[in-house]
Amino acid sequence: MLHIYCPHCGEYREEEEFHCAGQAHIARPLEPEACSDQEWGEYLFFRKNPRGLHHELWVHAAGCRKFFNMTRDTQSYEIKEVYKIGEQPSVVAE
Amino acid sequence: MTQQNRLTSGGRIDRSTPLTFTYNGKQYKGFKGDTLASAMLANGIDVVARSFKYSRPRGIVACGAEEPNAVLQLGATEATQVPNVRATQQELFDGLVSASTNGWPSVDTDVMGMIGKMGGNMMPPGFYYKTFMFPESLWDTYESMIRKAAGIGRAPKEKDPDTYDAINQHCDVMIVGAGPAGLAAALTAARGGARVIIADEQNEFGGSLLNSTEQLDGKPATEWVRAVVEELSTYDDVLLLPRSTVNGYHDHNFLTIHERRTDHLADIAPVNTVRQRMHRVRAKWVVLATGAHERPLVYANNDVPGCMITGAVSAYINRYGVVPGNELVVMTTNDYGYQAALDWADAGRKVVAIVDTREAAVGDRTEAARQRGLNIISGSAVIEVQGTKRVTGVSVAGLSASGAKVIGSVTKLKADTVATSGGWSPVIHLSCHTGSRPVWSDSVVGFLPGPTVQKQLTAGGINGQYETAVALQEGLDAGQKALAEVGLAVADVVLPEAKTLKVAAPMSLFHIPHLKPTSQAPKQFVDYQTDVTAAGIEIACREGFEAIEHVKRYTAMGFGTDQGKLGNINGMAVAAKALNKTIPETGTTVFRPNYTPIAFGAIIGRNAGALFEPERYTAMHKWHVEQGAMFEDVGQWKRPWYYPQKGESMQQSLNRECMAVRNAVGILDASTLGKIDVQGKDAREFLGRVYSNAWAKLAIGKCRYGLMCGEDGMVFDDGVTACLGENHFVMTTTTGGAAHVYEWLEIYHQTEWPELEVYFNTVTDHWSTATITGPNSRKLLEELTDFDVSNDNFRYMDWKQITVAGVPARVFRISFTGELSFEINVQANYGMAVWEKLIEAGAKYGLTPYGTETMHVLRAEKGFIIAGQDTDGSVHPYDLGMGWCVSNQKPFSYIGKRGMNRSDCTRANRKQLVGLKTKDPKQVIPEGSAAVLDPNGPKPLEIQGHISSSYWSETLGHSIAMGFIKGGLDKMGETVYYPLGDGTVIEAEICSPIFFDPKGERQNV
Ligand SMILES: [Zn+2]
Repeated sequence: MLHIYCPHCGEYREEEEFHCAGQAHIARPLEPEACSDQEWGEYLFFRKNPRGLHHELWVHAAGCRKFFNMTRDTQSYEIKEVYKIGEQPSVVAE
Repeated sequence: MTQQNRLTSGGRIDRSTPLTFTYNGKQYKGFKGDTLASAMLANGIDVVARSFKYSRPRGIVACGAEEPNAVLQLGATEATQVPNVRATQQELFDGLVSASTNGWPSVDTDVMGMIGKMGGNMMPPGFYYKTFMFPESLWDTYESMIRKAAGIGRAPKEKDPDTYDAINQHCDVMIVGAGPAGLAAALTAARGGARVIIADEQNEFGGSLLNSTEQLDGKPATEWVRAVVEELSTYDDVLLLPRSTVNGYHDHNFLTIHERRTDHLADIAPVNTVRQRMHRVRAKWVVLATGAHERPLVYANNDVPGCMITGAVSAYINRYGVVPGNELVVMTTNDYGYQAALDWADAGRKVVAIVDTREAAVGDRTEAARQRGLNIISGSAVIEVQGTKRVTGVSVAGLSASGAKVIGSVTKLKADTVATSGGWSPVIHLSCHTGSRPVWSDSVVGFLPGPTVQKQLTAGGINGQYETAVALQEGLDAGQKALAEVGLAVADVVLPEAKTLKVAAPMSLFHIPHLKPTSQAPKQFVDYQTDVTAAGIEIACREGFEAIEHVKRYTAMGFGTDQGKLGNINGMAVAAKALNKTIPETGTTVFRPNYTPIAFGAIIGRNAGALFEPERYTAMHKWHVEQGAMFEDVGQWKRPWYYPQKGESMQQSLNRECMAVRNAVGILDASTLGKIDVQGKDAREFLGRVYSNAWAKLAIGKCRYGLMCGEDGMVFDDGVTACLGENHFVMTTTTGGAAHVYEWLEIYHQTEWPELEVYFNTVTDHWSTATITGPNSRKLLEELTDFDVSNDNFRYMDWKQITVAGVPARVFRISFTGELSFEINVQANYGMAVWEKLIEAGAKYGLTPYGTETMHVLRAEKGFIIAGQDTDGSVHPYDLGMGWCVSNQKPFSYIGKRGMNRSDCTRANRKQLVGLKTKDPKQVIPEGSAAVLDPNGPKPLEIQGHISSSYWSETLGHSIAMGFIKGGLDKMGETVYYPLGDGTVIEAEICSPIFFDPKGERQNV
């Protein structure tokens, strides 16, 4: 069970309080109508599945209800950093 | 019964407290301080199990968690049955009742044993796959046969009478294992002021020191143990957990500890005590001081009762005062094996020989044996054991220098006990739980903990350090390191003086050769619990399984409840030899939680029975119960399903409830619908983005129905939203979808459109909702309010803030039944009072409570969908015939718009929602039935769609159904067929799903 630091609450809480909401930084196209079916399909369905560093969207569901981003190693489960929505990760895969 | 193997003195048992226990129906005596295993050995019980596959008699091999054979069923009553108890870990108590689990009719006279002997050659590795997989239809039969024959323990058939619970813990340093290393670490960490938890699976602390005659500071080592435990007990921040197995080491230093609080006292926990407790520990640092398990050697007939590991022999003698036989042969690859012979001789029984596989080894222990005049046979091995239910003798032969071949002649020796030591395997299980791969060490001849990202330290046997002095020092070092890491100062600890013995190099040998090739030699067991032999592993390798993980799955090695604690390394060594590789080249061994089996009770704790899952009740729940309502689970909610009157069938209840709504008035508890309060200057804009229809012009005081779609364009929820103020709305969702919708709104607001000023709050539980519906509903409402609720003043799709039964209420004039309806929302505290007033006032209008099933029928008569029943994530609004609920005029590309305009969503012949009317009006098509065009056509028949909702309509006098048909909206009047499982076929006509009052006049009066 992960031990997660919520950047909004400012403290470590148990994983039970959080949900993972999938890959982070998937921006909704600003002009959906301008997207081809393929582009829309890629936005909708295609996600990374890396072995190693991954940027994920999490929500402190049973806490402050705020979403935030997490950079996590999918192999070791180390959490490298958490950062707020709108911010960019400082730890990135090579 | 006499305890013929019990010594008259010595050990940590209390001879003044005799205990009686039962094994396979017979009574025996033991002493306080015994384990079940030591008491069985004291009584000369040789056979404790029949083996899994070959049904061979098996005896006790070890003295701890690694025991593969003495896995018993415990329990004096049906309710207190516990399977998979290792007798070596179960403390004896008075009245303990145990039984072996394999063997029928008994372990001593076993029918399967004969079959096993005959069938032995017919049961090669992979025999389950080869024999039992086909035909698949017979698997259930095979499975029950295998279970009966293999004798896997059984769960109780009655409710467990005991209580279990869980406790969350936090600490600076969690120490696993209370042997010399763990105790030294704990003492150091405690003196340094750290918050410490130290857990050990045994009933008392001391680890290996409890099993030996070793001295510290010139006194018995257990005196040092006692002093340390006494000191640790004085610290407020140190938690000592004996009888507590750290069963799992999870990510981020989260550990689960299984504490058995009363298993040693009685069959059932004493009144007001918890039987077992799960500690859920988050530790800043972890010290693994888990020690090592001795490896037996693999030789012919090495499973005959009387074959043990040397450390266990010493432990039974020194700790329990039990000598498990009369004439001992030791076979060892290392110096430690000599200790069993020395202890055996000290106990006054005969040491027949010490067979050392090494040619010349000189260490302090070998010399002690030599000085005692014990018969040491060097460069040799026990290649075979004689006996069936007990060892009667051994065959000893010379070995080549590498240990690969037998050389020289064979000598037979008479003996009843064979103790072997192939070295020690560090207990790295916990270190592996978090994904760390172990690393092979040639010098240790075993796997050591690998690199880890956990804040983990290791000390003692787990590092391959088996001398007490080194273990103590490593424990102290780990304690100091942990103190430094958590920011505390160095602690002042002086270690006791331990005698360091000289140890000769061990020999790396696992599998003892035989005169015959392995495939023809008597069985040489690698894994006792799953009956895997060296020959079996060789066959698996020959059949092409090269990765150890595949060999394990093919042979079932390590798949028993002991997870191959004794056998895995030996099995890898046999496979490596067969594949001509080294052990590390063959692979690593991986362990997963739990370290030893855990009772389900301990896992679930208090979350059983009524507390298994939270139940949500509305404010009127008590009334429904009193009316004898049947309940339906909707998410966590308990909703009234229908209200049967005396003697009524369910269908009769539904018919009565439906007709009451159509002809008079009904009342429904609709409190469970999700309610989300939406506020902010951009609330209206936000609604327009998450709903498919338009919200820009919804006036204050008005309600509107909306469909919510995903980005793929598919409908996932629906509901009515009311405009309370220019910047204030209240949204309703389906009962089951409320939490998801709530998170859906938040994720879009927080991650996509943070610039919109809008706030959401869940208010589901704040409001109670009573829906009154039917031609008499207005008359009823008029009785309880002064407000003018006439059609002119309170229009359809309006909501009003009025007073009902003296209570402020939001009343929505919306309808899910097609009848004139009012949904009366009051603060939940008033819910019951208003409900009761409605019931009282409604009597003269024929007011009838109805449940969710009648609600479903009534809405289906109107063709209204239920999200989740008539949608399945693959239908968009147009598929539902609800294009009227889609606005393409909105400037913002709302969620779902792009998705429902994908080419696949706009193609012809999509499955569309239609009504279906059966040719025989009495037939109700089962929900889920598949539609075909020609039931007699060539198979496979092409499926045109399926039924999503289907009911008997008492209102209409015929059945009604809603379902999906390819291109259905253009096929009105056409016929489709529903072939059923029983071979019959239902014929139906495609029609509009609006069966009743198609113009919607009744709700608008
Ligand atoms: Zn938070």
